[in-house]
Amino acid sequence: MNFDRRQVLKTSAAGFAAASAFSLSPLFAADDGTVTIAYNVNLPSWDPTVGLSTVNPTIQSIYRSIFDQFIGQEPNLDFKPGLLTAWGWSDDRKQVWMDVREGVTWHDGSPFTPEDIVWSLERAGKKETGNPIQFVWSKIGNFKIEGNKITADVLAFEPTLFKWMSFLTAYVMPKAYYEKVGADGFEAKPIGTGPYMVDKFERNAFLRLKANPNYWGGKPAFDTVIYKFVPDATSRVAEVESGSADITLDIPYEEFDRLKAKDGLTGVTTPISDIGMIFLNDVGVMEDKNVRMAAAMAINKKAIVERLLRGYGEPIDTLEAPQYAAFDASIKVPYDPDKAVELLKASGYSKDNPVKFPIQTTRGLKPKDYEMIQAIVGMWRKVGIQAEIEVYEIAKHYELRATDKLAPAAFYNWGNAIGDPTTSTGFAMFGPSPHSVWDTDDLDGMIGPLWGEANEAKRIAGWKAVDKYIAEQAYVIPLLQYVQPIVYNNKVKIVPNVAGAPEPVHMTKP
Amino acid sequence: MWYRILLNRLILAAVTLLGVAVVVFVLVRVVPGDPIAMMIAPGASEADIQDLRVRYGLDLPIVQQFTVWIKGILAGDFGKSFSLRQGVVGLVVGRVPATLELAGLALAIAMGLGVGIAVVATLARGRWLETLIDNVNGLVLAVPDFIWALVFVLVLGVLWPVLPISGRVDPRLDLDLASNFYLAEAFFTGQFKLVGHLLTHMIMPAVALALPLAAIIARVMKGALQEAMLQDYVVLARIKGFSRLRIVLQEAMRNAVVPVLSLTGVQFTFLVGGTVIVERIFSYPGIGNMAIDAVINRDLPLIQGLVLAFAIMFILINLAVDLITIVLNPRLRHG
Repeated sequence: MNFDRRQVLKTSAAGFAAASAFSLSPLFAADDGTVTIAYNVNLPSWDPTVGLSTVNPTIQSIYRSIFDQFIGQEPNLDFKPGLLTAWGWSDDRKQVWMDVREGVTWHDGSPFTPEDIVWSLERAGKKETGNPIQFVWSKIGNFKIEGNKITADVLAFEPTLFKWMSFLTAYVMPKAYYEKVGADGFEAKPIGTGPYMVDKFERNAFLRLKANPNYWGGKPAFDTVIYKFVPDATSRVAEVESGSADITLDIPYEEFDRLKAKDGLTGVTTPISDIGMIFLNDVGVMEDKNVRMAAAMAINKKAIVERLLRGYGEPIDTLEAPQYAAFDASIKVPYDPDKAVELLKASGYSKDNPVKFPIQTTRGLKPKDYEMIQAIVGMWRKVGIQAEIEVYEIAKHYELRATDKLAPAAFYNWGNAIGDPTTSTGFAMFGPSPHSVWDTDDLDGMIGPLWGEANEAKRIAGWKAVDKYIAEQAYVIPLLQYVQPIVYNNKVKIVPNVAGAPEPVHMTKP
Repeated sequence: MWYRILLNRLILAAVTLLGVAVVVFVLVRVVPGDPIAMMIAPGASEADIQDLRVRYGLDLPIVQQFTVWIKGILAGDFGKSFSLRQGVVGLVVGRVPATLELAGLALAIAMGLGVGIAVVATLARGRWLETLIDNVNGLVLAVPDFIWALVFVLVLGVLWPVLPISGRVDPRLDLDLASNFYLAEAFFTGQFKLVGHLLTHMIMPAVALALPLAAIIARVMKGALQEAMLQDYVVLARIKGFSRLRIVLQEAMRNAVVPVLSLTGVQFTFLVGGTVIVERIFSYPGIGNMAIDAVINRDLPLIQGLVLAFAIMFILINLAVDLITIVLNPRLRHG
C-alpha cells in the first residue's frame, strides 16, 4: 500500500463529503411558543398518586401540569378552586361536601365527572393501592353523588383533609380510562385534565408537553413545554448559559450571582417551604436541657446565611416558616454565646472539658449542608461543645430516623407545602411519628390532642404554643428557610412558587 | 479448537454471572440505607411499615429473598422497580442500546485516535514530535473521563456553544425509529441527517470517554510498533525500499495489534463503567444514568438488574475480544 500526497487529498475530500452528508444543520426551526426548563429531578413514574415519586415536592410541578388537583394552590401557597369549586364540613364535622367543576374534559376528550373524584378518593384511601398519603384519604368514605355535589361521611376527623387536597398525591385520575388501560397502559400514555398534555417522554432525558386547548383555566401562554432532566447542577448552569434551556433552578448560589449579572438572563430568588434543621435525639447528653439550649444559642444563623449562602436564606427559630398557618414571629432563640457558656458551665462543661457528641449531616444534598455543619461545629467549639461530624447519605438518614437511631444531632431539611403545622412540627416532633426522633411525654402530651382538634383557631393556637415550648426546651434546632434560585432568559417571565416547584402554567411571555 | 475455547468461555461466563448475582444481591442489602425507610409516609404506623416490607418481599430471610429472585430470573422476571414501578427487564433493555451506542462510538474514537497517534509517534521516532506526543499522551492519561466531560461542557457547550449539552436527541424532534438503537438504525436506514444530529449529541460524551482509553492504546501500540520495527522482516522490507509509512502500516501493524486488542478489551470494560458518571453529566439516557437514580433511591431490584446488565456486557466484550484475538493470532487458532 502506497500513500502519497494525492491519495491523502483524495481521502480527505471523501471524508469531507461524508461529513457533509451527515449534515449538522438543525432538523427544526426555532420556536417562540416553546419554553425549555433544565430541571433538577427526573420523573420516575406517571401515576401521581402511588409510589416514591409522589412525595417529592419538586416533581409536583410536572404532575400539576398534566393533572388537576382536587383543590388548587397559588404560588404563594394560598388555596384556590381546582376540580372542586367549593368544599366544606358539615356543622357537626361528621360529613364533608364538595362541589365539582362542570364542563371539564380529559385529554382524550372524554368528559370529567364527579365519579372521577369519588373513584380517585376511594382508590387513594385503599391501603393496597400504595398511596403514601393513604392515612389522610382513608378518613372519609361512603360517598354519595347528587348532580355535581359529592358528600361523604367522616370516618375519622382529619382537620387538614382539605389542605391535603392541594398537595402530595391529591390528583384526580381518569376512572374510565385507567380501568380500561390499566396501570401499565397509564404509564405508557397518561392523561389528565391539566393545562398540558404529555406529548413525548424519554425517561432520564426529557418530557415534552403540549398545551391543552380545552383547559378549563384557559390556554397557557406557551404551546410547548420541554422539561430536560438535568440532575447535575453544573450541567444545568451550562444549559441556561448556552441558551439550550430558557429556565433553570436550584443551582449553586455563586453561579446564580454570576448568571444573573449576564445580559439576557434574569435571576429571582424566593423563600420556599423547606427548612434546614438539626434534629436532636433524646439520648445521652441531649437529655440535658442546658446542653440543648447552649447548642441552639451558640449558632450564629445570620452569619451562616450571609457568609456561606451569600445571603440566600432566612434564619429561622421554629419549624414554621412565615408562610405557614402557625408561624409565630415572637418565637425567638437568641444568638448568645456567653449564655451558652454559662448554661454549659451549669452542667459541668467548659472549653477545657467540652461536652462531646456526634453530629450527622448530608454532604451536597442541600446547598452548603456540610459546610454549614462545619461552621456550626466551629461555633460550638468556642463555647465548650466538641461535636464530631459524620457524613451520611440520604438513604441512611431515613433508615436511622425511622428506627430512632439518629445521632444526638443530625442535620436534615423539612418541607411543608400546605403550610399546616401538622406537616411541619407535627410529623417532625410527635414521638409516635416514624419521622420524629424526639420522644418525650411532655411534648407528645401537648401535640396529641391537636391532631383531632375541630376548632381551627384553637388548633392553630395550640400548635403555636407547641412551637414556643419546643423553642424554650430546644428540642430541635431550626436553622434557616431555604431560598430557591431561578435563572431565566428574556423569552419568558416566571412566577416563583413557594412550594419549590415553579409551574409552566404560571410562565408567560414578556 | 476455537469452539472448545468458546464453550469454556461460556461456562465461565455462567459461573461469573452467578457470582455477580450473589455479590450484588448481598451487597445492596448490607450497604447502609433501608429502601423501606425511604417510602414511609408521614403518618405511617408500625403496621404500615411492616405492610410495606411484606409488599416488597423484604420481610423474608435474605436466603429466601435470593431464592425468589433467582427463580424469577430463570423465568425471565427480574422483578419490578421500587421507584419506577415497572418491570426491570423492560427498563434495562430499553436503556442498554443508548449505552452500547455511546460506548461503541467511544471505542471507535479511542481506537482511531490511539492507533493514529501511535503511528505518527512511530514515524516521528527520535524527533521533537515524538516527545510532544508522549507528553500530551501522559496528560490525557492523567485526566479522568468525567473531567474531560466537564471541560467539554464548558468549552463546547457554553463558551463556544456549538454542541448540545444534554440528552440523546433534541426534545423537539419526533423520531420515526423502530428500535432503541437510534444511531445504528438511522445509519442503516439511510437517515444520514438524523445520524448527524445524533452524533452532535453523542460526540462530547463519547470523546470524554474515549480520551483516556485512546491514550492507553497509543502508548501500548507505540511500544508494540517500535518493537516490531526492529524485527528481521521489517529490516527486509526496508532493504526492499518500502516507504516508512508502508512498513509501519503493512508490516509492523499486524503483529503490534494483538497485544493492543487484548488490552483494549479489558480497558473497554472500564470505559463502559465510566458511562455512569459521564451519562449523568450529559443527561444521556443510558443505564449508567439510570443506575445513579437507582442507587440514590435504594431501588434494589433495579440496581440488581443494572449490575447484571453491566456484567453481561463485560462478559460479552471480553468474549468478543478473545475470539478476535484467536482469529488474528494463528498460534492460538491452531492450538
